[in-house]
Amino acid sequence: MCANILRAFTFHKELSSLLAIIDFFKTFFSSSDLFLQGLWLTVQLTAASLIIAFFIGLLFALFKISNIKILDGIADVYIWVVRGTPLIVQIFVLFYGLYEIVELNAFWAGTAGLAFHNGAYIAEIIRGSIQSIDKGQHEAGRSLGMKRGLMMRRIVLPQAFRRAIPSLGNQFIIGLKDSSLVSFIGMQELFGVSNTQGSNNYDFLTYYLIVAIYYLVIVLILTLIVRKVERKLAESD
Amino acid sequence: MSEKQDMIRIEKLNKFFGDLHVLKDIDITVKESDVVVLVGASGSGKSTLLRCLNFLELKNSGTITIEGEQIEPQTHDLNKVRERVGMVFQHFNLFPHKSVLENVIEAPIHVKGINKAQAVKEGKELLDKVGLGDKYDVYPSKLSGGQKQRVAIARSLAMKPDIMLFDEPTSALDPELVGEVLATMKQLAEEGMTMVVVTHEMGFAREVGDWLVYMHEGRIVERGNPGEVFENPKEKRTQEFLKSIL
Repeated sequence: MCANILRAFTFHKELSSLLAIIDFFKTFFSSSDLFLQGLWLTVQLTAASLIIAFFIGLLFALFKISNIKILDGIADVYIWVVRGTPLIVQIFVLFYGLYEIVELNAFWAGTAGLAFHNGAYIAEIIRGSIQSIDKGQHEAGRSLGMKRGLMMRRIVLPQAFRRAIPSLGNQFIIGLKDSSLVSFIGMQELFGVSNTQGSNNYDFLTYYLIVAIYYLVIVLILTLIVRKVERKLAESD
Repeated sequence: MSEKQDMIRIEKLNKFFGDLHVLKDIDITVKESDVVVLVGASGSGKSTLLRCLNFLELKNSGTITIEGEQIEPQTHDLNKVRERVGMVFQHFNLFPHKSVLENVIEAPIHVKGINKAQAVKEGKELLDKVGLGDKYDVYPSKLSGGQKQRVAIARSLAMKPDIMLFDEPTSALDPELVGEVLATMKQLAEEGMTMVVVTHEMGFAREVGDWLVYMHEGRIVERGNPGEVFENPKEKRTQEFLKSIL
């Protein structure tokens, strides 16, 4: 008797969890239009901010190794500010602060915040990889009559970038995930969509689980791309 | 003999690393087509002297005159001087991200501004000459040490220098690979290239060198015809040095 009740109970429990899973996927697919819009926005934000961040990083890395005190100092202050404050604060300051100066919409304020933030980390990655290039490479270049700029461009930077790719890939993944913070300035990117849907349907857990799947998949794709690039460059070495 | 031009003239050259006095009142004259071999124990200053000739190290005092022109780092474009003075390093320092041919044509195209077709033609000729005619498109990591060093020699020669400096070019090589590099250098000497060579290869010094310069603790202790210095060194320190390495 008791056992029968127990069996019925566990059966019911299994059934309900099966139904819950089916429900979850129903929601997953029915919400996919909204999430794909959010995904597209996340991709745009990430791509725009990381491209800008790369050039900011390159510029400040060159400042750091320039042997010009003032440029070195500027780069130090920049990296200190970025590392010393939370990204969410940087995004808010840029969003509300830049609004006073130029009319910046949320997309470009968010992009600026993410680029400003990632630029500092990318600067340190590029600086480290430039400095890891053997001194002999510089000497060989100089002994052939190369000027410093030419040597940087043709000899040092191409080697440094190869060496930086694993770390840059890592930073790109961090940048992608951190783009979720611009939802707090009203952007309906991936995380923003999950927030809105969660509160509209009084079911946060389901929508946060859904958004986690989206992030996992795009990070996986990004990881595979980085790995492929790495392998391609390793062939010539 | 007297009509040969002075390619390098060094007078009263002094160099310090911090408090360390590494070159002391060095005087050397290298004439056209001469092969000068610098020998000495490690720390004697021979590599530093060579690097001063290419301004990879800057002197503290004294004068360096290259092909009749006294070179001062403050007023001269050292890159222009370096175009005329080639250098080969102990560790080759090839550009690992460029193929063998790309290594050789890099400076002629981007420093001298020679058009690519011409640079490729000359680069291939040089690689053929150093015996690497089948390696144009290979990357340096696939080469043996001896092959790398021959590429490095071709890369320097591609700038058509008037003077070649060699900084222990065979010291990083496996013994069986030393011969091929020395043969290339010997060929170059026979063609009349002015060369200054820091080396421990005494056979090469004796066979190819016109002058032997022995350095000890930053000074030139003895110099002369290599055969004579080997047969009867005048200075006691030279005798000891030669005894220790032969």
